[in-house]
Amino acid sequence: MPILSFLVLPQAGAMEQLCADLSAMEHCEIIPSDNQEVVVLVTDTPDEKTENKLQEMLKNLPSLQSISMTFGHNAE
Amino acid sequence: MKLNRRAFIKSAAAGSAIVAAGSIFPGISFAGWQQQEGASGQISWQKAPCRFCGTGCGVLVGVSGDRAVAVKGDPNCSVNKGLCCVKGFHSVQALYGKDRIKKAQIRRNGKMVEVPMAEALDVIAAKIKETMEKHGKDSVAMYGSGQWTIPDGYVASKLFKGCLGTNNVEANARLCMASAVTGFMTSFGIDEPMGCYEDIEHADVFVTWGNNMAEMHPVLFSRMLASRKRKKNVTIIDFATRTTRSSQASDKSILFKPSTDLAVANAICYEIIHNDWVNWDFVNRHTTFHKGKTNIGYGTEDHFSFTDVPEDITFEQYKTFLEDYTPEKVEKISGVSAKDIKYMASLYGDPTKKVTSFWCMGMNQHVRGTWIQNLVYNIHLLTGKISTPGNSPFSLTGQPSACGTVREVGTLTHALPHGVVMNEHDREMAAKIWDVPVTNIDPKPTYHTVEMFRALDRGDIRFMWIQVTNPMVTMPNLIRYRNGALKDDRFIVVSDVYPTPTTDVADVILPATLWIEQEGMFGNSERRTAHFDRIVPGPGDTMSDTWQIIEVARRLGFQKQFPWGEDEYIGKIWEEYRRFHDGPKHNMASYEMLKERSGVQWPFVNGKETRWRFNTKHDPACKPGTDFDFYGKKDGKAWIWARPYEPAAESPDQEYNFWLNTGRVIEHWHTGSMTRRIPVLHNAMPESYVEINPEDAADLGVVTGENVKIISRRGSVTMKASINGRGVPPRGMVFVPFFDESYLINEVTLDAFCPISKQPDYKKCAVRLEKA
Repeated sequence: MPILSFLVLPQAGAMEQLCADLSAMEHCEIIPSDNQEVVVLVTDTPDEKTENKLQEMLKNLPSLQSISMTFGHNAE
Repeated sequence: MKLNRRAFIKSAAAGSAIVAAGSIFPGISFAGWQQQEGASGQISWQKAPCRFCGTGCGVLVGVSGDRAVAVKGDPNCSVNKGLCCVKGFHSVQALYGKDRIKKAQIRRNGKMVEVPMAEALDVIAAKIKETMEKHGKDSVAMYGSGQWTIPDGYVASKLFKGCLGTNNVEANARLCMASAVTGFMTSFGIDEPMGCYEDIEHADVFVTWGNNMAEMHPVLFSRMLASRKRKKNVTIIDFATRTTRSSQASDKSILFKPSTDLAVANAICYEIIHNDWVNWDFVNRHTTFHKGKTNIGYGTEDHFSFTDVPEDITFEQYKTFLEDYTPEKVEKISGVSAKDIKYMASLYGDPTKKVTSFWCMGMNQHVRGTWIQNLVYNIHLLTGKISTPGNSPFSLTGQPSACGTVREVGTLTHALPHGVVMNEHDREMAAKIWDVPVTNIDPKPTYHTVEMFRALDRGDIRFMWIQVTNPMVTMPNLIRYRNGALKDDRFIVVSDVYPTPTTDVADVILPATLWIEQEGMFGNSERRTAHFDRIVPGPGDTMSDTWQIIEVARRLGFQKQFPWGEDEYIGKIWEEYRRFHDGPKHNMASYEMLKERSGVQWPFVNGKETRWRFNTKHDPACKPGTDFDFYGKKDGKAWIWARPYEPAAESPDQEYNFWLNTGRVIEHWHTGSMTRRIPVLHNAMPESYVEINPEDAADLGVVTGENVKIISRRGSVTMKASINGRGVPPRGMVFVPFFDESYLINEVTLDAFCPISKQPDYKKCAVRLEKA
């Protein structure tokens, strides 16, 4: 049951789209910044299978330029 | 409750990302962010200093039940003002690795066997006694660390120097900041920086000398970037031997050839004098000029000895000495263009700009480490840019208490908590406070760290107790010292929290408490002492390093010197220790005050911390009637040194044609024994690598991820190549982080050291590469 947080950067001009995409995804919560193009993403998945699926979806998101993990917790 | 805890962890996860974002994009704000306070009613928060570098960030540790579950930056701590780096944020997870050492172990018939703690302590005391009887008092040694708490180091010094009568006490801080000490001592006659982190908000120009602050001191680097964003006119110059994350964030990156920082510093002074940027009022009233011996050697042979002989010189002689260091001449030595040298000099020389110089291992781990410190001080002294807000030559440290425990307590062979063993008055003071005969304290220093491990190899030392450090990863020329430790009639005790290559050579392993599992104090780079309580219990039979030493001391018959109870010993030790520093030059805060505040800076006089030493406006130890008083020197004047450029101990040649430079990465603390057990840090940086310049890599025919063998005259290691990664060395240099015990790069490095500080140079030796 991992909880992870990430810093996510949008593709140029795609901040709004990125926020919409991430908000629409299950197991995702976002905190957009006010004055910079960066989003904090917190994911909370019930199991490894869902986690892997979510990671795959994130990787393929067209509005996302880069993503880097800052925190990891696995409540076993 | 489960839901609350999960909500809390999510809140901590968001907090971690927001802080990380803040350090990458200063000034960023998140309106939707709710403070973590109140996120869960299950968590209580207690203050502590972070233990994962020398910055001394204040953290708040969240505790649920008897377990530390989260960390956030302490907004009341002036060091980090609520910020944390990625290591600090995950620091509590280091407590809970699956293979934590929880029981004492003794080697029997070649195998480590778990035993009760008392039995292990009995064996250690008996072995010390037996070894001293058989081989003399100097056959036993203690090797500690800048991660020792102040009480740990204090009782170690008291037992070995005061009670057992041997000066065989050293700490790994010899490997990380000894040159900073000798730099201060030779230039100012007294140790530790004159300035403080507030300089960051005052300075207009920052010059980082061989110092990748973005990775090694990320919170301070963030403060620098935030200052630049706020003030608009701030300039950051990265002066280094390879391109790093710090270079990328700086306004200008200037690369120099290894060891030639000496020549460039002299060229800057040449320019300052020849452009008449000298602050003559300051120089005439507060400085004197000196030179020392030259061609001073490299210490690669056993029993190497060197003593400098300072001579007075005139300003004119100093000016003549600098004629060899015109920017044009130095361009040829250093690879730095004359234009860039002149530019750096103009920044230092501009009377309207406040300049802070930062450095750490690049200048410290240097075979002329003392000299380069002297030369950077020269620049600040010639321009009078020192000891005032924003004007600061600032030596950073790498470990949480290299200053507090090693430099201030004096856990080096020559040192005492106040002064040195060679000084009769200092020995008398120590004997009086320690309640031991003054004749117990030997007036002669024994072995500095490299020589101590050589003595272990030779058999001059037969017993060594190692606490809170991992020398079987960190010693240069490692193969010799590991073989020495493994010899049959050597007895090695290791106190640690996880298995390491050092516990592999141990005859006894003691399970130690870690960080907030014990009470203690650390002293950071800006003279700030920070107290932490025992916040959570340690697992199994773990015991604090301080208490381990006390238990052994009592078994050796020193009950009188170590009389304290387990519920009071840290406070009692602190109050005994601070008697050594009584007086306006180094007075320290009381135990009660340390418990109350998120760190207190010394000199702490009449209830006030001293931000800028040697400046009469700020420092009560200065003589009245003058603006500056460098009171470490008898005449109150700082020394400007004529120190030449001399090359490294080993430079690339036809056979070994690359420089090897070693260092750290942001994710891992030192040898990685703790941070590699923190999943998020381990996953972010799972193994070490060798950085190669893209053109060299092309010549070699390797791409990122392919194996490269790095070979020196001492050993070899094979590891994956990193090309155009986070760091890029120039052609002819490779860089390897040393955190990974699977790739022991110190089997390759050279045990040459600065003859004055005895600190080894991990940044410069010659290797060749093969595609593996």
